Amino acid sequence: MMLNINDLQARVEEKAILKGINLQINPGEVHAIMGPNGSGKSSLASVLAGRESYEVTGGSVTFDGKDLLDMSPEVRAREGLFLAFQYPVEIPGVSNMQFLKAAVTEHRAHKGLPPFTPKEFLAFVKEKQQLVQFDSQLMNRSLNEGFSGGEKKRNEILQLAMLEPKLSILDETDSGLDIDALRIVSEGVNKLRSKDNAFLIITHYQRLLDYIVPDFVHVLYNGRIVRSGTRELALELEEKGYDWLKEEMHLQEPVQ
Amino acid sequence: MATENEIIQQLADKAYEFGFETTIDMEVAPPGLDEDIIRFISAKKEEPEWLLEWRLKAYRAFTKMKMPDWQHFKMPEIDFQQLSYYAAPKNQAKYNSLDEVDPELLRTFEKLGIPLDEQKALSGVAVDAVFDSVSVATTFRKELAEKGVIFCSFGEAVKEHPELVKQYLGSVVPHSDNIFAALNAAVFSDGSFVYIPKGVRCPMELSTYFRINARNTGQFERTLIVADEGAYVSYLEGCTAPMRDENQLHAAVVEIVALENAEVKYSTVQNWYPGDKEGKGGIYNFVTKRGICKGAKAKISWTQVETGSAITWKYPSVILAGDNSVGEFYSVAVTSNLQQADTGTKMFHIGKNTRSHIISKGISAGRSQNVYRGLVTVGPKATHARNFTQCDSLLIGDRCGAHTFPYIESKNPTAMIEHEATTSKIGEDQVFYLNARGIDTEQAVALIVNGYAKEVLNQLPMEFAVEAQKLLSITLEGSVG
Repeated sequence: MMLNINDLQARVEEKAILKGINLQINPGEVHAIMGPNGSGKSSLASVLAGRESYEVTGGSVTFDGKDLLDMSPEVRAREGLFLAFQYPVEIPGVSNMQFLKAAVTEHRAHKGLPPFTPKEFLAFVKEKQQLVQFDSQLMNRSLNEGFSGGEKKRNEILQLAMLEPKLSILDETDSGLDIDALRIVSEGVNKLRSKDNAFLIITHYQRLLDYIVPDFVHVLYNGRIVRSGTRELALELEEKGYDWLKEEMHLQEPVQ
Repeated sequence: MATENEIIQQLADKAYEFGFETTIDMEVAPPGLDEDIIRFISAKKEEPEWLLEWRLKAYRAFTKMKMPDWQHFKMPEIDFQQLSYYAAPKNQAKYNSLDEVDPELLRTFEKLGIPLDEQKALSGVAVDAVFDSVSVATTFRKELAEKGVIFCSFGEAVKEHPELVKQYLGSVVPHSDNIFAALNAAVFSDGSFVYIPKGVRCPMELSTYFRINARNTGQFERTLIVADEGAYVSYLEGCTAPMRDENQLHAAVVEIVALENAEVKYSTVQNWYPGDKEGKGGIYNFVTKRGICKGAKAKISWTQVETGSAITWKYPSVILAGDNSVGEFYSVAVTSNLQQADTGTKMFHIGKNTRSHIISKGISAGRSQNVYRGLVTVGPKATHARNFTQCDSLLIGDRCGAHTFPYIESKNPTAMIEHEATTSKIGEDQVFYLNARGIDTEQAVALIVNGYAKEVLNQLPMEFAVEAQKLLSITLEGSVG
């Protein structure tokens, strides 16, 4: 098993956000997490990547047999966990190329590999850039500064391609994308899928799942996974919306 | 997992890399400031009478001057009588070749990354190395002499080119300009002198490296750069000092004269000992730097990367006298721990169509205070003068301060003056984004800060831009809060 989340609970400030998540992901699998706004989808992504403002209050997460929660965010990344951000940040004055070089060098050092020579690095960038159809003009611009929404998301996928993670978490990568950008991003992801890596796709809409077809779909509601199924579950949600789910849940939950 | 605060602490505790002390026999004058010590210095340096008179005139002006009170830091008490005004390595007053220099001195500069042996030196950079009060060596003099370029210690210039020194000394920073400039004029020890003849493009970068070593001394060097008509020179100064508990005073003066069509680029990478994390010790860096574009179309450009010193207090300025002349100021000033900086520039537009460009990037961390203070004046004859000022502040943590005091005085209705200012904080989001790509917090801050300062760092000669980037990273590593 690659990722094993067991009864994970977390809070932000005093507010409980995750209330006991259980999820197992094996190599080669694509999981989708869906759910209404505010259900805790993006919080789960943040907790797994190690964002400091989230406090884990219970449960455990193992990643390739190691205790994920014990690692700093950068070590999680180097161990092969990748988060494609919903809102990639801009860093003025730091070129995309410079940033990628720093990230790739850290990943290689973690594996005991020497840094790429400039020539090797350029060849590597070019290969990945073509794979995910990333505009080479954007390589020497400041990281995400002045990029369109679509360019930022494509940049996330380029980073994913370059860092070759074991587990990629896509946090609402489809939000703010038009249909063409959505297609290009999805194609990039599909090319990167293999039997050795896994994806966790967080999305509000099933639209993305037409392009990246998941093996499993989970519904997150109020900090818990309330239903798991296959592709058909996503289609059902698409058809019926989330309201029926909410009603069903409230009927089950004791009145406090 | 170490919290950010722990990382900050670890890095704040990191020792100043250049804090070692050189053990060498020194001749040090007893503490005290009076006319006798000035006569002593002048005699030691075998100076002509006119120069002694000039020093004495400055001293008399100094005794009548009061400490300013407008600066945005608490002025430390400085007892001028407790300082020693002359310190020099003992065995040799003047070195004829490197073989005569105490090997301990050569090793010191080597340790600082400034080899004085031309075989080992960075190609394309000529260096004048100043140790306490004395110039130790100047490299590549022969190559420069072939082009007619004079690059030597100030003391030598007084002896060998008295007419040039006499003509320009004090012509940009008068002996009574301000209290520290007056003190410098009275007791200045050594420094560098540069003259680029008409139409000559200096074939290499010129550089002076200042090292304070002796205890209880001040360092008072003086630099004079004259670029004759159509000449070009790029000049760089660097500086370090040992770690000491007591504060030391560095009161230098730099004068630049650019004649018609001449261009002078002056870059500083200032890394004096900043004091420890409790604010104990460190250099008081009170320096007067000023250039004059005397002729039409002359250009003077100041670039400074200020990372050291307990207090940095200076305003490299340009007097734009010649028509169509250009003044530029690019600055990165970093303060961390309890450091204080009150720095900026002054641009005096006197000639027609004069232009000035100011880019200031302040970075404050720890409990430091960082001030940009700038003055742009446009005189009545400076028609169509233009100024653009951009003044950015970056805050790291929530216990530091950034302050901006821009002064603008225009007496000409055709002038165009623009001022832009921003203040930002290093975002946790930015740091987390880089963390999530495998980059640790230290390196993340270094990347963000270097990106922020890039516009200024790009102005430095290439060899030094890399050094400056490293320096910025070291100064700020882990100070995110």
